[in-house]
Amino acid sequence: MSATARHVLFAVFGPVLLGFLCWGVCGLSPFGQFHGAYGELLNHVAVQERHVLNVVTSVIFDYRGFDTLGEEFILFASVTGVVLLMRHEQSEQEDACEPHSIQQHDTGVLDPAASDLTRLFTLGFIGAVLMFGCYIVLTGHLSVGGGFQGGVILFGAWVLVLLAYGSGVFHRCANPSALEWAEALGGGGYVVVGCVGLLTGQEFLTNVLPLGHTGQLLSSGTILLINCAVGTEVAAGFVLLLVEFSRPLQKESPGQ
Amino acid sequence: MRLFKVVQLVLLVSIALAGTAVVLTRNPKRQIFIAGIFGLLEAILFYALHSPDVALSELAVGSIAVPALVLATLAKLEKMQ
Repeated sequence: MSATARHVLFAVFGPVLLGFLCWGVCGLSPFGQFHGAYGELLNHVAVQERHVLNVVTSVIFDYRGFDTLGEEFILFASVTGVVLLMRHEQSEQEDACEPHSIQQHDTGVLDPAASDLTRLFTLGFIGAVLMFGCYIVLTGHLSVGGGFQGGVILFGAWVLVLLAYGSGVFHRCANPSALEWAEALGGGGYVVVGCVGLLTGQEFLTNVLPLGHTGQLLSSGTILLINCAVGTEVAAGFVLLLVEFSRPLQKESPGQ
Repeated sequence: MRLFKVVQLVLLVSIALAGTAVVLTRNPKRQIFIAGIFGLLEAILFYALHSPDVALSELAVGSIAVPALVLATLAKLEKMQ
């Protein structure tokens, strides 16, 4: 299709789309005035029923836990897809990664010459980021956070390693087979926690564990366990992606 | 309450500007950082709209995951060429 035809089509259908959009937006309830019966109900019952302080977490990992399982598997499937593609691409090139050759060939954007001071400070930050990530994962039921956010923050620690110390150190800190195990355990752990409900004769993902005292770390039953599983899965999945992306290209430049 | 409305309005306008800036930036390496600022503004808006959970997600994804992966992809592409 020529550029003129595309412009003509856009000139005709662009305003139509804009009209429909404006029409739809006009039919929405006013800004900030949502009155959903389900939300009101959960705000009243969630703390008593599930012993959580963060109602959002109780919806994500308990009342609507099955939806979140699907969401987690979307991430799992996309990570698996990317890893499959990248490894296929790599096996087409002859003799794939040998750890010692990484430092010789890889001098791209991801191997900066960071100064010692940067490295020293980064070392301190890595500890703090790991700690903060674990905290966010473990206190999802008490405060803002949860497995998804905490997992991404944990991934931040590996990003810091890669940016400050280069891909040689990064690949030593990120063993792909260990990461694959962690990702699979995280994804499977969610399903196993869900099956505990089936074993007791109730529905899948029923919160069957003791709920504990509201406000304590060990409370909210299965929500805490699911948060840990999701946190592991998200962190391992993202680190695995970064490992695949930062793997050096072998035998690309004809000079070597 | 009026102040709250003003804050929301300022945030919405700056998000519109930042979004346009992301689209208009042609150099991918600069685009990552402008997209990071866009994500930060979005996180602040979500916080101002009483949804700290979503704000934390946006903060983590927009400032760690997306820039890191885009940067890694760019590095790889650069080396392939």
